[in-house]
Amino acid sequence: MTAAIATAQGVGHTRIHGIGAFRPSRIVTNDEICEHIDSSDEWIRTRSGIIERRFAEPHETVQMMSVEASRKALQRADVDPGQIDCVIVATVSHLLQTPAVATLVAEELGCTPAPAFDISAACAGFCHGVSLASDMIRSGNGKYVLVIGVERLSDITDPTDRGTAFIFADGAGAVVIGPADVEGIGPVVWGADGSKFDLIRQNETWIDVLDMEEPEMPTLRMDGNPVFRWASFEMAKVAREALDRAGMTVDDLDVFVPHQANMRIIDAMARALKLPEHVVIARDIAYQGNTSAASVPLAAAALLESGEAKSGDTALFIAFGAGLSYAAQVVTLP
Amino acid sequence: MASTEEIRSGLADIVNEVAGIPADDVQLDKSFTDDLDVDSLSMVEVVVAAEEQFGVKIPDDEVKNLKTVGDAVAYIENAQSA
Repeated sequence: MTAAIATAQGVGHTRIHGIGAFRPSRIVTNDEICEHIDSSDEWIRTRSGIIERRFAEPHETVQMMSVEASRKALQRADVDPGQIDCVIVATVSHLLQTPAVATLVAEELGCTPAPAFDISAACAGFCHGVSLASDMIRSGNGKYVLVIGVERLSDITDPTDRGTAFIFADGAGAVVIGPADVEGIGPVVWGADGSKFDLIRQNETWIDVLDMEEPEMPTLRMDGNPVFRWASFEMAKVAREALDRAGMTVDDLDVFVPHQANMRIIDAMARALKLPEHVVIARDIAYQGNTSAASVPLAAAALLESGEAKSGDTALFIAFGAGLSYAAQVVTLP
Repeated sequence: MASTEEIRSGLADIVNEVAGIPADDVQLDKSFTDDLDVDSLSMVEVVVAAEEQFGVKIPDDEVKNLKTVGDAVAYIENAQSA
């Protein structure tokens, strides 16, 4: 007689208990970017809304930024590192491919032996992580999960590429997700479209780089206009679906936190969604640039720090990028 | 099926809404970038709105060929009659 396999006992609801951000110390102006590309401060502001961004200094590594953001999130959540049951790091710019940087982050924080792994969903990675963490807790395979979005895109950006040099930047954001009495994380709407794989990508594989006569670091490339169209209009539909699945309309929202890809995309999405005037729209890109997986938690943390958003507010998160991949959910801000 | 003037006029309203350019300036001989100062991202917004209004598809690869208002009107006319 074979014994029956027991089922993990989960919880009904989850929420974000704490959020933390780490912004690198070095501010990089548009004028500095224009030392390498034929552009201007005005052109960059008009096309992207970016006024300045931050690049990590050598000591501000992916691991260091992750740990700093996580410590703030843990403190605000009033959760000890030893209570963390899993550490998920969303990143595409940790340049040691294996093992996962999450293992080092977990060790430095004091979460060992919690499982720790990285996920690769580019700019959508953080919202993927929030969904994975929430489902893990609902299913009973953990109580508190740390989710980090972190990038050092300055390492993989070509400063002479006019299409991307002014966009990408560095930073980290982290959240602690755990059980809740009422729902704080709505159903995820997510997906990927590999037919658009080439629109945003690392230009060369490592193998191809090594075959070059003078090997060069691979860098990011983006086909801006098709990405703009997809992000502004297709993603507005995904945002609406995430609201629908949460049983809400735009009137129920307090805060809109889209991936900080480009101010023009944020504006176009807001118009397409017909957001009412009372909804606070995250526009962190003006001073942080596009930090890929870090942008949603950085932007949400900035609104909470400035007082534009407050704990308990209902926010719509949506992130999208290379893949093309995307994820959106309605959450209660911590 | 809309007439050339109806399409031009509809497109002019879209350009006005997206880029804030007076609709009367949006004439067939005008270049979107050189005369009307519609940048590439605004052009994408114009195209998406035009697709919806005129019930046509304007693929990304075609957008760069639409240099003047006349090019766009002709493309929409052809697409509608196809």
